[in-house]
Amino acid sequence: MRWDWSLLAPEYLLAGWAALMALLGLWGRLRAYWLGYVAAAGALASAATSLIWLGDRTAFGDLLAVDHYTTFFRVTFGLIAASVCLISAGYVERFLRHHGEYYAILVVSVIGATYMAAAQELLSAYIALELLSFSLYVLASYAKMDLRSNEGGLKYMLLGAFSSALFLYGLGLIYAVTKTTHYQGIAEALAGDLGGTKGLALLGLSLIVVGLGFKVSAVPFHMWAPDAYEGAPLPVTAFISAISKAAGFALFLKLMVQAFLPLHDDWSPLLASLATVTMLLGNLVAVHQRNIKRLLAYSSIGQVGYLLAGIAALSPETANAASAVLLHLAGYVISNLAAFACVTVYYNWTGKEDIYEYRGLAERAPFVALALSISLFSLAGMPLFAGFVTKFVLFQAIAEADLLWLAAVAVFASFVSLYYYLMVMRQMYLVEPETRERLGVAWPEYGLVAVLVVAIFVVGLGPQPLFNAAQEAASLVYQGAATFAALSP
Amino acid sequence: MLSLLVFLPLAGTALVAVLPRRWEGRARWIALGASLGCLGIALALFAAYDRGGPQFQFVDRHVWLSSDVAPFSVQYALGVDGLSLPLLVLTAFLTVVAVLISWEIGPRPKEYFAWLLVLESSLLGVFSSLDLVLFFLFFELELLPMYFLISIWGTGRRIYSAWKYVFFTFFGSAFMLVGILALGLEAGTFDIRALQEMGPIRQAVLPAPAIFAFLIIGFGIKLPVVPLHTWLPDAHTDAPTAVSVMLAGVLLKMGGYGILRLCISLLPEVARDASLWLGAFAGATILYGALATLMQRDLKRLIAYSSVSHMGYVLLGASALGTVGLVGASMQMFTHGLITGLLFVMVGLVYERTHTRDIGELGGLAARLPYLTVVMVFAGLASLGLPSLAGFVSEATVFLGTFPRHQALAVMGVLGVLLAAAYILWMVQRVFWGEAAPRWQSLQEKVAWWERVPTLALMTVILLVGVYPSPLMDLFEGGIIPIVERLT
Repeated sequence: MRWDWSLLAPEYLLAGWAALMALLGLWGRLRAYWLGYVAAAGALASAATSLIWLGDRTAFGDLLAVDHYTTFFRVTFGLIAASVCLISAGYVERFLRHHGEYYAILVVSVIGATYMAAAQELLSAYIALELLSFSLYVLASYAKMDLRSNEGGLKYMLLGAFSSALFLYGLGLIYAVTKTTHYQGIAEALAGDLGGTKGLALLGLSLIVVGLGFKVSAVPFHMWAPDAYEGAPLPVTAFISAISKAAGFALFLKLMVQAFLPLHDDWSPLLASLATVTMLLGNLVAVHQRNIKRLLAYSSIGQVGYLLAGIAALSPETANAASAVLLHLAGYVISNLAAFACVTVYYNWTGKEDIYEYRGLAERAPFVALALSISLFSLAGMPLFAGFVTKFVLFQAIAEADLLWLAAVAVFASFVSLYYYLMVMRQMYLVEPETRERLGVAWPEYGLVAVLVVAIFVVGLGPQPLFNAAQEAASLVYQGAATFAALSP
Repeated sequence: MLSLLVFLPLAGTALVAVLPRRWEGRARWIALGASLGCLGIALALFAAYDRGGPQFQFVDRHVWLSSDVAPFSVQYALGVDGLSLPLLVLTAFLTVVAVLISWEIGPRPKEYFAWLLVLESSLLGVFSSLDLVLFFLFFELELLPMYFLISIWGTGRRIYSAWKYVFFTFFGSAFMLVGILALGLEAGTFDIRALQEMGPIRQAVLPAPAIFAFLIIGFGIKLPVVPLHTWLPDAHTDAPTAVSVMLAGVLLKMGGYGILRLCISLLPEVARDASLWLGAFAGATILYGALATLMQRDLKRLIAYSSVSHMGYVLLGASALGTVGLVGASMQMFTHGLITGLLFVMVGLVYERTHTRDIGELGGLAARLPYLTVVMVFAGLASLGLPSLAGFVSEATVFLGTFPRHQALAVMGVLGVLLAAAYILWMVQRVFWGEAAPRWQSLQEKVAWWERVPTLALMTVILLVGVYPSPLMDLFEGGIIPIVERLT
C-alpha cells in the first residue's frame, strides 16, 4: 500500500489558497475586485498541478483514488471555480460584503467536489459531499440582506440536509447487506448470492439514488433548485449549476459503475424513468419562466435528465455511456458558464434579470447578445456548438444500450428546449430596445466570455481531444469494475 | 475542393462580421464575392465531374470523432455524385441571385449578409455530406440563419412565421435524428457509402418501416407534403424576397434530396412497400396545393402554394421507384428551384414598386412595368410547364416515369398541370392585363442592374435547360442508377 501524500498537492494548494483569501480579505488593502483574480489564479494553479501526476495512481487504502478520472474532474472543477471567480469579481465587489470569505468558501468547496470524484468508499464520498454542500449553502445565502437569497439558501439547506439523511440511511442499509463501504467490496458482495437481503440492498440503493437525486436536482426532487437559483447571488447560481451537477455526477457515475453494476438490471429502469420525468418536466416548465435565472435553473434540470439517461444506459459491457456522460457534462458546464457569465455582465450593468428586460440587447451590447445566443444554442444542442456533439454522443450511447425510446424522449425534450432558448434570443434580437444607448464594455468579463465561447466552438468542431480524455477517465472507472466481473460467477 | 466550396461562405461571414460599422455598406460586396466564388467552384466541379468514374467524386474525408473502444465513428466526409452535384450548382447560383436581389436591403445589412452566407454554407453542406451525422448537422444548422432572416428582415407576421418554420423543421428533425440513430446503430457506421454497400437493412433496433417513417416525416415537412405543409405559406410569404428565393429554390430540395438519398436508397425494400402511399400523398399534395393556389389573393402566397403543388411532383416521381421517375423527380427539384426562384424574385420586384401584394388591388401593370411583366409571364409559362422551358422537361419525365406504376396518380398529376395553367394565367391576367387602376398610372419602371442581371440569368438558364436538358439529365441519371439498382 502506497501512501503518496504528494498526490494530494492540488488540494493542499486549494486549502492554502482558501486561507490566503480569508487573510487577504482581512488585510483589506487589496481592492475587492482583484480578490477574484487572485482566487481564480489559485483554482487554475490547482488544476495545473493536478496534471503533474498524470500517470500516477494510488488508492490511499482504497479510500481515495487519484487517477485519470480524478484528474479529469480536478481540471474540470478547477476551471469551473476559476471561471466563477472571474465572473464574481465585478459582481461581488458591487453587491456583496465579506469578499475574502466568499472566495475562501468557494475555493474550499472545490476540495469537496474533487473528493466526491476521487472517493472509492461511501463514507469518504459522503464527507466530501457534505463539504461541498455546506459551502454551497453558505454561498447561496451570501447576500444576507436580501430576503430571496435567505429564502433560497434556507430551502437549499433544509432539503439538502434531508437528502443527506436519506443518503446516509441508504449507506447504512448497504453496509448492513454487504458489510463494507468500499465500492469494490460492495460490488463483490452484490455479485454474489444475496439471498433474502436483495430487497434491502435495493432499498438502500434507491435511498442513495434519491439522496443524490436531490443534490443534482432530478425531478421529483428538484423543488429547491429554482428558488435557490433565483435567490442566490448570480455568480453563485452559476457555480451551483456547474459544480453541484458536475460533482454530483462524478460521484453518481463512479458509484453506479464500481459498486452497483451487478444490480444494473434492477436500477436501470428506475433511472430511466427518473430521467424521463426530469427531461420532460425540466424542459416543459422552463417554457413558462420569466426570470432568466429560473429559466436557466429549469434548463439545467433538463440537462440533468439527459445525464441521468446516460447513467441509466450504463452497461457492464462497455464504457460508452460513461464516457458520453463525462463528455456531455463537460459540454454542459462550458455552455452554462458562458450563459451565466453573459447574464452576470448584463446584471452588473443594469441590475435586471427578467427575460423581457433583455429586449434589444443586440443593439445595446452586440457582443454579449451574440455570446449569450451561442451558449444558449449550445445548450439546446444546435450544430457547430459543443452541445450538438456532446448530446449526439450521449444519445447515441443511450440508443446503443437498447434504450432507443429514452433517446427519443431526450430528442423530444431538446426540441422543447429550443423553444425557450429562442424566446430569450427573440427578446435580444427582435424586440426594440427601451433606449438605444450602448452599454459599456466590460473587458475582463468579455475576455472570459470570449474564452468560453471559443471553448464551445472548439468542443463543437474538434471534440476528439475531450472525447479521448473522457474515454480514458471512464475506462479507468471500468477497470475497477472489470476486476470483480472476472471474479463473480 | 469541396471543403473549400462549403466553407468559403463561412469565411465570408467571418469577414462580414469583423467589418467595422462605418463600412457596413460594403458587406454586400463581400457577400457577392463569396457567393460568386462558390458559383465558380461549383461550376468547375460540374465541369470536372467524371461521368464514367466512381459514384462519389471529390471525396474529402477525415475522421472527426472516433472511439478507441467502441465501434463508433463520425466522419467529416464530403463528396458529390450525379444527384447532389446539380443541386450544389443550383444552391450556388441561387445564392448569387439572392445576394443581388437584396442589394438594397434595409436595416442591418452586415448581419443580413452574414446570415445569408451561413445559410449557403449549411445548404452546400447538406448536399455534399457523405456521413449521416454531418448531414444532420448541416440540416439543423440551416435553422439558425433562417430564423433570424425571416424574423428580422421579414414582413407581416414575420416573428410568428419564423417560429412556425423553426418548430416544424425542428420537430421533423427530432424524428429524423431518431431514425438516423437507429440506422447508424444497426449498421455500426454513419457513413452513407458504407450503408449503401451493406445491402438492405431489414431489422434494426426499430423495424425498418418505422425508421423509414421517421425519416419521411423529417423530409416530408421540409418538402413539404400535405398535411405537413402549413408552415410553408407563412414562411414564404413573410420572408424577405431573397430568403423566399432560397427557401423555395433550395431549402425545399433538402427534403426531396433526403428522400432520394436516405429513404429510398438506404431502405429500398420499405420504399417498395410504401410506394403507393408515397404516391397517394404526392397526389394529394399536387391537387390540394393547386386548389389552394387558385384561392389565394396575396400574390406571394399564391406562388408559395404553387410551390407546394410543384413539390408534389418530386414525391410523385420518387414514388414510381424507376429510373425515369427518379430522374424526373430530381429534374423537377432543379427546375422548380430556378422557376420558383424567378417567380419570387418577380413578386419581390413588383412589391417594391407597388407596395401591395393584394391581387385585387393590382391590375393593368403591363403598361407601366413592361420589363417586369415580360419576365413574370416568362416565369409563369415555365411554371405551368410550357414546352421548351425547363418545367416541361421535368414534369413530362415525372409523368412518363409514374404512368407505368401508378396510372391513376399520373393522371392526377396531369390534372395538377391543368390547374397550374389556370392559376398562373388567371394571376397574370388579374395583375398585369386589363385596365390599370388610377393609382398605378404614375408608376415608373426603373430596373437597376442588380435587378436585371439575376432575372436575365435565371431566364437564360430556364430556357437552356428547357431546350437542351440532356447534360443535366445524364448527370442526374448517373446519380440515380445506383439507387435504382438497389431497388431491384
